Amino acid sequence: MSAGVPAVSRSGRSTRPTSVVGAVLLLVLVALPFLVYEDVTSSLVSLFVLIVIASMWNLLAGFGGLVSVGQQAFIGVGAYTVVALADAGVPPYLGVLMAAVTAAALALPTSFLAFRLRGDYFAVGTWVIAEVYRLVLVKIDSLGGPSGRSLTGMNDVDATMRAAFTYWLALGVAVVSVATCFWLLRGRIGLALTAVRDDEVAARASGVDVTRAKRVMYLVSAAGCGAAGGVLVVDALSVQPNAIFSVQWSASMIFIVVIGGIGYLEGPIVGAIVYFLLQQVLADAGSWYLVLLGCVAILVATRLPRGLWGTVHDRWGLSLFPVDYRVTRAPAAEPCPAVRT
Amino acid sequence: MADALLRLEGLSKKFGQVVVADGLDLEVGPHEALGIVGPNGAGKSSLFAMTGGDLAPDAGRVVLDGRDVTRTSVHQRTRAGLGRTYQVPRPFGGMTTFATTLLAATEGAGARGDEALSLAHDALKRCGLAHLANTRGDALSLLQRKRLEVARALASRPRVLLLDEVAGGLTEPEVAELVELVRAVHADGVAVVWIEHVVHALLATVDRLACLAGGRLVADGDPEQVLRDPVVREIYLGQDPSEEGAA
Repeated sequence: MSAGVPAVSRSGRSTRPTSVVGAVLLLVLVALPFLVYEDVTSSLVSLFVLIVIASMWNLLAGFGGLVSVGQQAFIGVGAYTVVALADAGVPPYLGVLMAAVTAAALALPTSFLAFRLRGDYFAVGTWVIAEVYRLVLVKIDSLGGPSGRSLTGMNDVDATMRAAFTYWLALGVAVVSVATCFWLLRGRIGLALTAVRDDEVAARASGVDVTRAKRVMYLVSAAGCGAAGGVLVVDALSVQPNAIFSVQWSASMIFIVVIGGIGYLEGPIVGAIVYFLLQQVLADAGSWYLVLLGCVAILVATRLPRGLWGTVHDRWGLSLFPVDYRVTRAPAAEPCPAVRT
Repeated sequence: MADALLRLEGLSKKFGQVVVADGLDLEVGPHEALGIVGPNGAGKSSLFAMTGGDLAPDAGRVVLDGRDVTRTSVHQRTRAGLGRTYQVPRPFGGMTTFATTLLAATEGAGARGDEALSLAHDALKRCGLAHLANTRGDALSLLQRKRLEVARALASRPRVLLLDEVAGGLTEPEVAELVELVRAVHADGVAVVWIEHVVHALLATVDRLACLAGGRLVADGDPEQVLRDPVVREIYLGQDPSEEGAA
């Protein structure tokens, strides 16, 4: 009864041009510290951080259906890891890598607690867990308590070089984060994750270990947020617990992903750019900034419910990160007892 | 039947006062095709939910191929050879039909590489969906969605296939196509348990019929005999059961 093997393509029709454009864009971004003034690159650091945390939230909520409002827990853990390791003599740039590892390691036991909750309760529960992380960290006097700490080990680095290194670090973390999401979704687990996104019950019936798939997403997402926290502290050279554990981070992630298009790898990138531009343009607008942000959110949610990228994808079938399987040629026909159509 | 492939032993389940299973015993042989009829609320879908693992029984056991799977999760039962379709089709809206069967082939049947690709394609082809390999689940018609349910179950290489009212809502020619498909699957050695209101579709396929009412089996045996059973006739409110489903 076994038929032959069908020919399957993994690339979209826009893959070649977009990968050329992407490579050129990446080269320009890498060379940017040599081309523009420092204030441009330092503001781009915050864009890269937004791309990282939004991509991670998209993985979690867009694919796993895990609407977390507590990813700031891992941003904070990452930031404090870099600070603590710097005290022990670990260079902060290396500390960012360790921040990702630490966040993922703490996310594992946390997941067993958080996964006992579903839906709205999961959202509220993750927020509470983030608060618990903050309360525990401010108890540690060596990490500065409630008033925070400054980062050691960066004083001997020249300010211009430091700005460039921080920029490259942020760019690197952003590229690795997006690439990890792409790699995850393109691999075998990607099918499972996409199925979980579309219908959890049917995914289980197809043989998917849904809890395991969600745990993988939760750990990866924590690692990304941990690295983002590390970048933030290397950039600011200090950490303040109320700011780093602020629920504002979750609000930003949700805004970016909803605007950009939830469930698409491109969504968080597009959303982060829009959010970043709004921040830049409306920096002096005071509270009108938040009013306008709200209006944009309402407009997109009602007019383009699939987000900016979702709309592009639906209309033109465009995909920068093709993860689909396209059957290009069926195997040679052979006698088959199947139903004809 | 000592070597039953699927055995339900004393399954009981209550939702408050509503009894959906009342000490249910049922055995399905390795090459059997069993049909299950019964009025709405008889506990048919709950029976599948307990067999498949979506619903935990209050008491009783589910034994698959000699192994007690009562406490195992849905995906473990799928991997152990239990394929199932849902009464209301559950396509993956954002995945193509090929990705859907490929998922079942890798996760459910544990196939890899070319083996998985050909298993996925084969399941689609058998269900008449090969020409829609690159179509997303949310773009399919009702008949196509029902076929995709079967294709997904087949791609997980089941030993027992649970079909939950796959013929409901289809036109006569569509039902005939579906019957052909189920017969072909059964002919390949897959045991079939089919819950259906469209009785004539069942009669064309199954070699044994059971009638479920109030969470218990009121008849079980040769299809013609079961349909002639006075208790079964009574349950169908005096109608001739073979006329059911024409409505």
